[in-house]
Amino acid sequence: MNIIVCIKRVPLTQEVDLEIDELKKGVKKDALAYVINDWDNYCIEEAVLLQEKFGGTVTAITIGDEDDEEILRRALAMGADKSIRIEPGECELDGFVISKILAKTIGDLEYDLILTGVQADDDNCAMVGIMLAEELGLSHAAVVTGMEPEGNDATIRVELEGGMDEVSKIRLPSLLTIQTGINEPRYVSIMGIRKARKKELVVINVEDLGLSEDDLARRTMIEEVFLPPETEGAEMIEGDPSSVAGQIIQIIKEKGVSI
Amino acid sequence: MGEIFVVVEHRKGGIREITFEMLFKAKELCRTSSYNLTAILLGGKDEGFADDLAKWADRVITFEDNRLEIFNADLYKEILDSLIRERTPFLTLIGHTSWGMDLAPALAIKTGFPLATDCVDIQIEDSRPMVFRQIYSGKLFSKVSFKESPGYLITVRPGAFLPPDDVEGLQGEIVKQEFPAGLTEPKKEFVEFVDTGAGEIDITQAELLVSIGRGVGEEENIATIKELSDLIGATLSCSRPVVDKNWLPKFHQVGTSGKSVKPKVYLAFGISGAFQHVAGITGAGTVIAINKDRKAPIFRVADYGVADDLFKVVNALKEAL
Repeated sequence: MNIIVCIKRVPLTQEVDLEIDELKKGVKKDALAYVINDWDNYCIEEAVLLQEKFGGTVTAITIGDEDDEEILRRALAMGADKSIRIEPGECELDGFVISKILAKTIGDLEYDLILTGVQADDDNCAMVGIMLAEELGLSHAAVVTGMEPEGNDATIRVELEGGMDEVSKIRLPSLLTIQTGINEPRYVSIMGIRKARKKELVVINVEDLGLSEDDLARRTMIEEVFLPPETEGAEMIEGDPSSVAGQIIQIIKEKGVSI
Repeated sequence: MGEIFVVVEHRKGGIREITFEMLFKAKELCRTSSYNLTAILLGGKDEGFADDLAKWADRVITFEDNRLEIFNADLYKEILDSLIRERTPFLTLIGHTSWGMDLAPALAIKTGFPLATDCVDIQIEDSRPMVFRQIYSGKLFSKVSFKESPGYLITVRPGAFLPPDDVEGLQGEIVKQEFPAGLTEPKKEFVEFVDTGAGEIDITQAELLVSIGRGVGEEENIATIKELSDLIGATLSCSRPVVDKNWLPKFHQVGTSGKSVKPKVYLAFGISGAFQHVAGITGAGTVIAINKDRKAPIFRVADYGVADDLFKVVNALKEAL
């Protein structure tokens, strides 16, 4: 089973104060630490698990600059066989343009399955995977929490809202967007990443893909980025832990809960 | 004048809330910009949805066929694509749900219309739509414009537009359309629905919930919070990352893919407040959030907040009892 995983490196923004840049169209990125997008980590693991069971190759693809190769090497260390980085150059990206670039890159490759994360942790679009599926004419499903191939089909589980899963049968080749929690991604050691340097990493320039001007024209543009509108928000309880604890207990009792 | 389409989402014989939320917002847009509101229903035979929907829209276009009883992206995208080509709606709204996420991006490629996803507000400026989205897990908002097009696709975040109870009823016309002939055979086939929420405790019945999130850090740390929870007679619940890591079974999970809870008091330890989680606690009486990140989105919805290390607070609570 040959599998392609499309992955992205994103800034770590939990417990970080984000600053808006001068153009007000993004955030200041210099001070941010970058990691593999959480959803994509599950994606790589799922691909490697399937490969261990059914054989075949796993190819990891990302669009980005040299710094983004870090996540490709991470994927290789987890068990992917080869990797591709597409250098976007000056190309301005949105979900649509990304799907066009990926479709063109993947078009000539051999595969049975493409996995992407449900969404990326930075722009939270949840768009690229299913657009890519449509470009390539593949069957597709979003928010997948289980996948079991059987011949030319696979049985998949999709997580719906409200504590409900949908089980269905899907024809291969297919594109699935993977939800967190589908597996337990393996630990990656620094030694493992160092060893993975021996594996294949191909760099392709966007301009060499032969995409049209229309393919590379964004469909959506960020006009402005701004802080969430002020709301009343929480009344903050300040003080040392014991006085905070006292006040919390007080509030719980006031609300009619006996403890 | 043009139309705004709302794609109806339904499951197991009921129309999903997101449908009415979209219809409510779309009607507001129609009022200020004189569009017509059309609900598009792809459903099974005789499910009786059309009459309900007619109260919310100027028109309901229905395709009723047993093949459409359960959502299928392959059938939906083909039927909607031809309907969109035929009528060129200015906007087409689809829920930002698991099914909507499977449909909208494919439909965008098929129709060639631009798509913006997970929108929390929609405005029309100079006959062009402008949408608002949350990025970086809700820490920032973005205002997004579209490349000019005859029509635009938008997926709407559940809970972003809440219709009041006393929405004035309309009497939209119901237009029945035949299931189109010659559709491609779907590549996906429904097998069954599986309830994933059942378990040995029922967090929806608890008066007091002690809930943990990613901030708990390590699996070993859960024990100390469980102790506190037992000490105050609370029920232990959690946000998604805790279930993803297999630290607690899914029946503990609060949020859109878990359960909606309604305790008198909800104590959130180390929960950042992703919208999927917050959507599950709208019924809570009082929310007290403890998180060391003062900018965590949870503080925007909590009644009380403590910006400190959660373990310090947990230990102090235990000592105080």
